[in-house]
Amino acid sequence: MPVEALKCKECGERYPLEAKFVCEHCFGPLEVAYDLSGLDPDETRRRIQSGPSTIWRYSDFLPFDRRPRTALAAGVTPLVRADRLAERLGIREVWVKNDAANPTHSFKDRVVTVALAKVRELGYRVVACASTGNLANAVAAHAAAAGLESYVFIPADLEEQKVLATGVYGTRLVAVRGSYDDVNRLCTQLSGERDWAFVNVNLRPYYAEGSKTIAFEVAEQLGFELPDRVVAPVASGSLFTKIARGFEEWLQVGLLSGDLPTFNGAQAEGCAPVASAFEAGRDVCRPVRFPDTIAKSLAIGDPADGPYALDLARRTRGSVTAVDDDEIRAGIRLLAETTGIFTETAGGVTTAVLRKLAEAGEIDSDERVVLTITGEGLKTLDAVRGTFETHEIEPTVEAFESQAEASPVHASA
Amino acid sequence: MSVTVKIPTQLRTVTGGEAETVVDEVTTVGEVLDGLYDRYDGLRERIAEDGDLRRFVNVYVAGEDIRFLDGLDTPVEDGDEVTILPAVAGG
Repeated sequence: MPVEALKCKECGERYPLEAKFVCEHCFGPLEVAYDLSGLDPDETRRRIQSGPSTIWRYSDFLPFDRRPRTALAAGVTPLVRADRLAERLGIREVWVKNDAANPTHSFKDRVVTVALAKVRELGYRVVACASTGNLANAVAAHAAAAGLESYVFIPADLEEQKVLATGVYGTRLVAVRGSYDDVNRLCTQLSGERDWAFVNVNLRPYYAEGSKTIAFEVAEQLGFELPDRVVAPVASGSLFTKIARGFEEWLQVGLLSGDLPTFNGAQAEGCAPVASAFEAGRDVCRPVRFPDTIAKSLAIGDPADGPYALDLARRTRGSVTAVDDDEIRAGIRLLAETTGIFTETAGGVTTAVLRKLAEAGEIDSDERVVLTITGEGLKTLDAVRGTFETHEIEPTVEAFESQAEASPVHASA
Repeated sequence: MSVTVKIPTQLRTVTGGEAETVVDEVTTVGEVLDGLYDRYDGLRERIAEDGDLRRFVNVYVAGEDIRFLDGLDTPVEDGDEVTILPAVAGG
């Protein structure tokens, strides 16, 4: 397998493949380095196509010497051609990558599967994370399946659905009075003092690799072709930049040809440090102290990969764009009405940004666009409460005809 | 007037393993850090560049990120706790 070392993204210093996430020389983030020069594209494609229907079919591009086996797998989610959505937006081709179709209903199953395989390899007994909700669900579930003890740290004001869908797995759930950034700071401090595997702290270089598999799947599902544009949410910026990295690695190996797609990042106005920096032409993000948005899964005020997300958007002639809470709710509805896919608020953000770009004429009429839907609508039910009417009637044909038939579908259009 | 500084694991190779240290006679975060640079060889180049903190270094005074205060000019008071942490976690 081509995995080589950990490497600092800032200064290039190399480290062995251990539970380490910060460069000791410059404090830059570490990421996994591979030597892909020995991969023959035809052989690699055959290996992928004969692999399991999980992210492990892409093991050549993941940080392990051998293909791991995990108790709860992830990936190979549907890529749905969304002609009705495309028509509404005036675009030739829109494909929805529906990552709600994962074991705990978000893309976080991908990153946690990779992290847990590394946990097993490194011999940790306790797994932990700082989460805005989806990661909490995934860590609790995957730890339960693997028989590992787990601690899940969340902001105390998280959506009830996400709290319930975490606690059920028997994790130690810690609700921290503060923002996600407070939770993250606490976990960074604890990771220095406890011999635990914090999937998105000391194991973050491995964990982040899981997000590349979205790119691999999209490309494979399109018949080993690249889309022209990818719209994806930005919270820490890790998912956004790793999707690009996935395409870049396949271009390098020769599994794909062409140019990297245009990358459009999506944020909520109530917490848009990356979109604000993009708009202002800055290359660092000013953190947001008090995030205020219904898209809590994207409410990271101090995004670790912010500078890299900005760089990606700029070098692919894309953008990082923000939408407000009403646009997010409308985005959830637009996707549901045109595709039958019910997404959480983060997916509403992403759909709303696609709509905004289409309406602004940013998307050429012949483009093939991929919309990255990262999570499930049932986890953020409050976002759709009160957006439609239910007609309660007596059980008679007359009552149905007079009170319910052909009445408006939505409370407000 | 003295403040306590919490050193992250990643910097303990230059502090001889010390996880916590006390700096006296300081009034701002910048002076606290200068005190540490005088004390520990090799610390400055790890976390600072061109007179400012590197972009992946976070510093907190009494739990508050100094970017929401006055940066390196943020005043410190007797008994404050200053925490240095890497900024590359989470998400």
